Amino acid sequence: MTTPAPTQTNKAGLTRNDYKGLPSTLCAGCGHNSIASQIIAACYELDIVPEKLMKFSGIGCSSKSPTYFLNRSFGFNSLHGRMSSIATGALFADPSLRAIGVSGDGDTASIGMGGFKHMVRRNVPMAYIVENNGVYGLTKGQFSATAEVGLNLKHQGTNQYMPVDICMEALASKATFVARSFAGDPKQVKELIKAALSHDGIAVLDIISPCITFNNQENAVHSYTWGKDHEAPLHEISFVPALDEIELPGDFPEGDVREVTMHDGSTVVLKKLEKDYDPTDRGKAFQMLEESERNNLLVTGLIYIDTSRPTLLDTFDLVDTPLNRLTEPDLRPARETMDKINALMF
Amino acid sequence: MTEKIVNNFSLTIATVNGSGSQTANVTLLRALFKMGIPVSGKNLFPSNIQGLPTWYTIRLSRDGFTARRDEAEVVVTLNPASFARDLASVPPGGAFFYADDIKPPIDRKDIAAYPMPVKALARTADVSPSLREYIANMVYVGVVAHVLGIEMEAVKQALSFHFKGKESPVNSNFGVVQAAADWAKQNLTKSDPYFVEPMDKTSGLIMADGNTAAAIGSVYGGVQFAAWYPITPASSLVETLNVYLPQLRKTKDGKATYAVLQAEDELAAIGMTVGAGWGGLRAMTSTSGPGLSLMAEYAGLAYYSETPIVVWDVQRIGPSTGLPTRTAQGDLTETYFLSHGDKQHVLLLPGSVQECFEFGWKAFDLAERLQTPIFVLSDLDLGMNQWMTQPFEYPDTDMDRGKILWEADLEKSNGVWARYKDVDGDGIPWRTVPGNAHPASAWLGRGTGHDENARYSEDSKTWEANMARLKKKYETARTLIPAPVIETARGAKIGIIAYGSTAPAVDEARVLLEQANGPKTAYLRMRALPCTKDVHEFVKKYERIYIVEANRDGQMKQILSMAMPDQAPKFRSACHSDGLPLTAAWVRDAILEQEK
Ligand SMILES: Cc1ncc(C[n+]2csc(CCOP(=O)(O)OP(=O)(O)O)c2C)c(N)n1
Ligand code: SF4
Ligand SMILES: [Mg+2]
Repeated sequence: MTTPAPTQTNKAGLTRNDYKGLPSTLCAGCGHNSIASQIIAACYELDIVPEKLMKFSGIGCSSKSPTYFLNRSFGFNSLHGRMSSIATGALFADPSLRAIGVSGDGDTASIGMGGFKHMVRRNVPMAYIVENNGVYGLTKGQFSATAEVGLNLKHQGTNQYMPVDICMEALASKATFVARSFAGDPKQVKELIKAALSHDGIAVLDIISPCITFNNQENAVHSYTWGKDHEAPLHEISFVPALDEIELPGDFPEGDVREVTMHDGSTVVLKKLEKDYDPTDRGKAFQMLEESERNNLLVTGLIYIDTSRPTLLDTFDLVDTPLNRLTEPDLRPARETMDKINALMF
Repeated sequence: MTEKIVNNFSLTIATVNGSGSQTANVTLLRALFKMGIPVSGKNLFPSNIQGLPTWYTIRLSRDGFTARRDEAEVVVTLNPASFARDLASVPPGGAFFYADDIKPPIDRKDIAAYPMPVKALARTADVSPSLREYIANMVYVGVVAHVLGIEMEAVKQALSFHFKGKESPVNSNFGVVQAAADWAKQNLTKSDPYFVEPMDKTSGLIMADGNTAAAIGSVYGGVQFAAWYPITPASSLVETLNVYLPQLRKTKDGKATYAVLQAEDELAAIGMTVGAGWGGLRAMTSTSGPGLSLMAEYAGLAYYSETPIVVWDVQRIGPSTGLPTRTAQGDLTETYFLSHGDKQHVLLLPGSVQECFEFGWKAFDLAERLQTPIFVLSDLDLGMNQWMTQPFEYPDTDMDRGKILWEADLEKSNGVWARYKDVDGDGIPWRTVPGNAHPASAWLGRGTGHDENARYSEDSKTWEANMARLKKKYETARTLIPAPVIETARGAKIGIIAYGSTAPAVDEARVLLEQANGPKTAYLRMRALPCTKDVHEFVKKYERIYIVEANRDGQMKQILSMAMPDQAPKFRSACHSDGLPLTAAWVRDAILEQEK
């Protein structure tokens, strides 16, 4: 046949272009850029209609990135450390929308720590990505709360304080999905984003995302080199959309594969690597994080998942129509009620 | 005994915080109201859960004045700790009721002193020992009711209301009231001149506090989302939402058309509210001074991103933690200019419980019409005290959802629209909200510089043009906000400007000025900021303008001086702030002093 090859579309009938944002203004090589690309890829592959997804961020280089993906999605680039609250409120507008948030380590683990932990404990349904570079990029290279002890930065001296481990904080706040990844491992980033977007609850995704301008020295734990040399994946992760057949490559011995069924019927397939790891055991997750810190490893993968807890929105018995489509007859009590209310007063 | 004084005096009750006296105090207030006597009640309570002295003052005014008075002719005390002070506070000729287990000498011959066997009578009550301390308060209700002449039937109605008609508590409490009244009948001889007699001045009125009115008003305004963090004196506003929303705003199948969420702090409370407002919901938060300060950054974002939200500030006295249970109008300038950068906000200033209700719904219309935060400034006096008021009136206008575009609108325009473009010449742009499925609907909200299409921009001209449009929008706001209430007076050379909860004191002060052969006054009560045309015209008409307010610095005077610098030399402050509501006598004297 001679018909020209059609532009490739996904099941939503959209092309990759429909998921793009404006050109990035971040530094070339910044880890945040590669994560934005994986967000675009994940959403395309998940057949998400962009108008059915909201994107949020705080302030920072990382928080700028919602501009660089999903032009057709509503979003809010809010205040430093305050993504948690604005997203929480916005989700009530139309619970049929999904949400993705992009924050930084400063945005989340310093100024926004309180809000972060409360968003987590409320199980607000959002994929919460922390682009973690151990430094404040946008304000030019100060220590962030995730910087390791002994890190030397230009003009800043040596960090003396213990780093905050975002996954630990999330677990301690009873997160229902905790994962860690590395911007230098785009395939894993993409699969985890898909899993996070399919999770009905808070999905905390701590992605080591090197700042090539201020914190990419070889020995810095948030650098590309360190990450490449020390990454230790817990498992090989692949995401299988609902209705798709789960195909296991080759002949995999039974027991070496774990499957987690997500709320929307999709499956997260975890293939065992060296050791078996059970991501449904919080105690083990803490222990694993402790050990990986002690052993100087960047352990990546799905650290913890619990698909049983209700989300914040589930705890409100809301009408089926999105609240923001309700009109005066739904919202203003009838005139007759006024006398009754007055009669309730003394 | 001197001449009878009927329905025109104040009654102060001194008790211990947390002892359950509030039920007894409100019962007296309501019983008087039921008898048709104009009353007002003021709770002067400490920032403490249990143990510190607390006073409750009821004013009876046959002329209908409801402002606080400094003196109380009748004093009741159950508190040994404040006994001496309470006794000393009784004016000559006054009446003093005291629990007879407090035994200090009563060394005053110029007053009528009535002992009350509080403990002994409480012991006879038909309740469990744990409730005995609470029910003891009913002893003073009974004794005072008998000596002053408060009808037993009215007391019973008040109790029945308080206990929501539940027979058992009504009966046990009323039993004590009755026993105490009987005891008083047999054992006390009336020797003071203060009497209560039925009137017909409260029919058609209800009693409510401003926070309840604000909450119910918000429900009728269609509130869909409220986030808050507990703080006195604002907490009861959202707590009352939680009472009425389930009654009034569930669908037939029991589903909610609203959500109320207690946030982790005020940073989050306003952040959630901004998120919901941006999402297209009628969203509100309520707080008091300390919380308002925390909300500053998000208030600026709401202003600049043009997100409709409603913020109630039920003011208490500050700065800092201040006196958390005392009232003031001290947040005016902070709120007017809340957040950094160029901006001025729209403020609503309810002056009565009825206006708390009215602004409860109106604030949402204004917020959505103007796409800006609307701040409503109430205060502790208005918000937490019980007031007589006209019944709440059903909103007289349809909801105004403002300029919002849905899928069908965008189809018509072929998807052509711009989030921050002034297409109508009123400075107000059009908006879309999440969930709109049209492919041209989405935009990214931001606090950073943006062009008409909400795209990031650092261009100087774009910045300035946008800020000019926001200023134009503020001009439009002037034409939409509630107009002031003006009372002219023939021949008046001076004008009074007031706002909020000082209204009752000013109303009465104008009468007192007349009685003192003082100057005639015209009166303008502001109900909103910015200044409307009427305010400018009023100011121009009079030689001197007294601006009455319950703060130290004369904050409204500061704002008006900026708004009309050429008129500023006319302005005189009558401002005062000690945590208590202004009295009419103080307002009168403050004016007379400066008129000398
Ligand atoms: C209230 C407030 N304080 C300070 C800042 C300045 N500020 C902007 S971004 C930033 C740090 C960003 O660090 P991070 O979240 O790690 O993002 P990155 O730039 O590293 O991606 C700071 C301190 C601000 N915008 N707002
Ligand atoms: S400064 Fe660092 S974090 Fe910011 S864009 Fe550049 S590389 Fe990325
Ligand atoms: Mg950072």
